[in-house]
Amino acid sequence: MLSVNNIEVVYDEVILVLRGVSIEVPEGEIVTLLGPNGAGKSTTLKAISGLLKSEDGEVTRGDITFMGEQISNHQAEEIVRKGVFQVMEGRRIIEDMTVIENLRLGAYTRKAGRSEIEDDIEMVFSYFPRLKERTGLAGYLSGGEQQMLAIGRAMMAKPRLMLLDEPSMGLSPLLVKEVFHIIRSINQEQGITMILVEQNANMALRHASYGYIMESGKIVLDGSQEELLNNEDVKEFYLGGGSEERKSFKNLKSYKRRKRWI
Amino acid sequence: MNYELLGNLLVNGAIVGTLYGVVAMCFVLIYKSTQVVNFAQGEFLLIGAWVCWALLVKFGLPFWIGFPITLLFMFFFGVLLQLVVLRPMIGEPIISVIMLTIGLSIFFQASMSWIFGVFVKPFPQIFETESVSILGLQVQTAYVMSMIISVIIMVGFYYFFKHSRAGLAMRATAFDQQVAQSLGISVQKAFALSWAISAMVSALAGVVVGMVNGVSSALSFFGIKVFPAVILGGLDSIVGAIAGGLIIGLLENFAEFLDSQYFHVGNMYTVAPFYILVIILMIKPYGLFGTKDIERI
Repeated sequence: MLSVNNIEVVYDEVILVLRGVSIEVPEGEIVTLLGPNGAGKSTTLKAISGLLKSEDGEVTRGDITFMGEQISNHQAEEIVRKGVFQVMEGRRIIEDMTVIENLRLGAYTRKAGRSEIEDDIEMVFSYFPRLKERTGLAGYLSGGEQQMLAIGRAMMAKPRLMLLDEPSMGLSPLLVKEVFHIIRSINQEQGITMILVEQNANMALRHASYGYIMESGKIVLDGSQEELLNNEDVKEFYLGGGSEERKSFKNLKSYKRRKRWI
Repeated sequence: MNYELLGNLLVNGAIVGTLYGVVAMCFVLIYKSTQVVNFAQGEFLLIGAWVCWALLVKFGLPFWIGFPITLLFMFFFGVLLQLVVLRPMIGEPIISVIMLTIGLSIFFQASMSWIFGVFVKPFPQIFETESVSILGLQVQTAYVMSMIISVIIMVGFYYFFKHSRAGLAMRATAFDQQVAQSLGISVQKAFALSWAISAMVSALAGVVVGMVNGVSSALSFFGIKVFPAVILGGLDSIVGAIAGGLIIGLLENFAEFLDSQYFHVGNMYTVAPFYILVIILMIKPYGLFGTKDIERI
């Protein structure tokens, strides 16, 4: 459905952020993108959704195709219309609007009648029942509710591909579980393909069918869910636990082992 | 105490105040969605009034044809201005943009004087009667019309920003441009639309004032009067702009009353709003209705 072929992204015409990233997203699946801070995960998403432009970034090499159509360096609003919707990091809901107004904005690109949009709002509420009770401004919602609203807003656009940038950021462990559960059921019931960028590798790998691990602008490892879950290095550096020797107190305190992938 | 004069002046103040409110609203619209302080707001009134005057007097069109054409013209004028002059300025420092709008203001004023001359030209008679009597006070028909139109515009604005798709999109753009883009909103279209609406509605106010006072470059003085109104209300609040406009209008006329009855210093009418502005800003630096950011702790 989506294929990113060996792209290179440059910010401000000098800063090279991504160097040859390739990702393949099959229809209907959840694919996750893991990696430490500054690895280029968000940049990859923005390259796909076209939001790179508003940050003076550009795809300088390689290409991105969605449903067989070339979309690299297109305008963000065009890409949304084609069915790719990014839920940005940090929720980014419109704080001085109500929940309903935020949801209606999500459907901005659709040519739908009033009643159809009402139905879709109800559909979103069926996934996030607690949003229905919130009638005030969205800025007053709790962090978890704001994240739910951000995802609900994305659903309103009826995208074919949803790009989720750290939906677990700043949420309590219980809420993370809830949000991921809902993401999974949206994926299955609405048939929306997803790319999931996460710091919480454990959660992400449990729900995704395929994963990529990025480090300093490159993909260093990829594999199916089981492959990654059973990979010793992934276990040690992303999932915690891992090899036996690591548990020795002596090794732990001497120095913090850092993984070099290449 | 001369109650009749006071009453007259206050009614006058309320009417002029709502007009200030409408123009202030247009100013806020541009500031809120594009972060441009538009010093050429008063010139929108001027251009609108001259275009309408030219259509009625030079081309002899009836008012109900000439007026909509004026509005349509101003709509595209706003879009064009945004496209040609202001779009290249996106991302430039705010001071450059301010200099640019001051330049535009001077340019438009000069070109209007060049085309239409510097003398006051009266509008052709549009209403049968010059004035109507409300509660025993003589009020100009044009002012009654302006009051009605202003209220319609305000309700229209409310509806537009609360319920229409384009209005919501413009609010989203004002809040966060990147988020707006991620929702599929074209930020450039939203910018153009806010200039277009602002120019169009300002022109409407310009025509109304022109009908009463005649058309001359004095109209652009409205643009300066709008500043105390806008700052009083809080730079980014549309409700504040209306309230600020009303307060300034009333204050002006009340100052006029005090001046003519007691102080006899002359011209307090013009200065009073700015004194009040200074005082209010000392107490409430964000204006009466300025945005209080929602912050979760």
